[in-house]
Amino acid sequence: MDRTEPSADGGARRGLAHWRGSRLTLAPAFVWWAVFLVTPIVLILVSSFFRRGPFGGVVYELTLANFVRAFDPLYLGVLWYSVQIAFITTVICFLIGFPAAYFIATRPNPRVRAALLVLVVLPFLTNFLIRTYAWIVLLNREGVVNQSLRGMGLIDAPLSLLYNDFAVVMGLVYGYLPLMILPLYAALERLHPEIREAALDLGARPLRILRTVTLPLVLPGIVAGCVFVFVPSLGNFPVPQLLGGGRRIMVGNLINQQFLEGRDWPFGSALALMLMSVLMILLVVQSRVLRHSREIQLDA
Amino acid sequence: MRESRAGTARWLRIHMTLLYAFLYLPLVVLVVLSFNDAQRAVVSWRGFTTRWYGAVFENPELLGALGTTMVIAAMATTISVALGTLLALGLERHTRSSVLDSAVYFPLLVPDIVLGIALLSFYSLIRLPLGAGSIVLAHSVWGIAFAAAIVRTRLRGFDRSIEEASLDLGVREVPTFFRITLPVILPGIVSAALVVFTLSVDEFVIAYFTAGRTVTFPIQVYSMIRFGVTPEINAVATLLLGFSMVLIVVALLVNRGRTTSDPRPPEGATG
Repeated sequence: MDRTEPSADGGARRGLAHWRGSRLTLAPAFVWWAVFLVTPIVLILVSSFFRRGPFGGVVYELTLANFVRAFDPLYLGVLWYSVQIAFITTVICFLIGFPAAYFIATRPNPRVRAALLVLVVLPFLTNFLIRTYAWIVLLNREGVVNQSLRGMGLIDAPLSLLYNDFAVVMGLVYGYLPLMILPLYAALERLHPEIREAALDLGARPLRILRTVTLPLVLPGIVAGCVFVFVPSLGNFPVPQLLGGGRRIMVGNLINQQFLEGRDWPFGSALALMLMSVLMILLVVQSRVLRHSREIQLDA
Repeated sequence: MRESRAGTARWLRIHMTLLYAFLYLPLVVLVVLSFNDAQRAVVSWRGFTTRWYGAVFENPELLGALGTTMVIAAMATTISVALGTLLALGLERHTRSSVLDSAVYFPLLVPDIVLGIALLSFYSLIRLPLGAGSIVLAHSVWGIAFAAAIVRTRLRGFDRSIEEASLDLGVREVPTFFRITLPVILPGIVSAALVVFTLSVDEFVIAYFTAGRTVTFPIQVYSMIRFGVTPEINAVATLLLGFSMVLIVVALLVNRGRTTSDPRPPEGATG
């Protein structure tokens, strides 16, 4: 870093901003991303149009077979199942998260708000696998839930709580709930209480205020929270593996199989691209919704 | 009207109680069972023991994996914080480009499994041997983005006139950076390092695809969970919980310093 030539003007306005070399500070990170992010993604884009070799690896021979195969009802079913699981997870996170974020955001004391929020985030900062494992301990046939229910005399035989869709959704909700609450809280906290009070003074009922005032104003936060939960849920593979027992697989498990077990990298790449395109569609919808809500707020 | 408001408030309080129970009971169960003197991780209490902690500290595979993870996290943090800080400086001071601004978030939008397989394909193409090194390169991809975002928030409240004063007094740009700019943004850099380190220690999916035969701590925990439910995992979980709590408290204290302290460098820093 020898680019310390003094600037020519020498006026009082000069500073590090006018240090010519300092624009180069952008370079290392973007070069890093060009090599270790963009190139690898372009690589799987390209290799999804090639054939798998007889012993794994890639044979450089153009084909659409991987995408044709990915649209096979069997694999399309896996993608659809993943979308359903991710969607249900997102809805449950919202139903739990919105009242919670609302309660925290409407506490008058900022210290109380901060404390309640930290308490929501704290479990999230422990290892994801450990949090998933906790549900195995709770839900297995000799687990805490079954033992407690038997102890209370509510059931005779243990319930099958683990290794089904319920356990998968439970694990995902537990894993990603704070990602819903944080953006909702950020949006609700910015909302002036006067707006709701004005609606109340004008005779609107609380539910109507929620529907016509609060929800539209915090829409960007809702959309952000939903995206934050949906995206990692859709591509997740440890949770369906550990809590779903690997019986019904999600698209993440399928990609995992192609890369580490089936050794069909081109097909795995095609699946990863389909996952990415679902998320792209989602982000486009998100930006549309945000633009729409901004227009509403400008009109108001 | 008032009645329905009070009703809503009571309903919300019940909701919050249930929410915190949902968040914490599973973890409390793990901690309690880690002290249970039973062969299997069942709920019935068979007496207090710390032998599972002894088992953890005598498990060479687990300790080896922990060591590997710490080295990987330290290296990924170093790269991420160095490049992320430079990036934050560049973005905050030299760009009006919204394209660049949003490009910074792209690494965080790519699903981890996609990044994992993309890097695995890339490494095999360039014949880079898989192991701790390849995980460090992978973790830095999102580490840089996190570090840049955190350092940027600190740069936003920066009083540029103190840099200009230093330059006007004839100090060159690089010494000015190290004596003025760096001490002021240091809390941001420390929080960035803590966040990236914690995330790297916890990261499983990308490491799983790019590790080759190397076993990181999350990978070891994953195979232990798949192998079976044992009280030893409960002890590991409790230790991890404790570790995370300590890091969080440190991060909160650093953050508190940020909001209350004067945003000017300490006395000696201007030398």
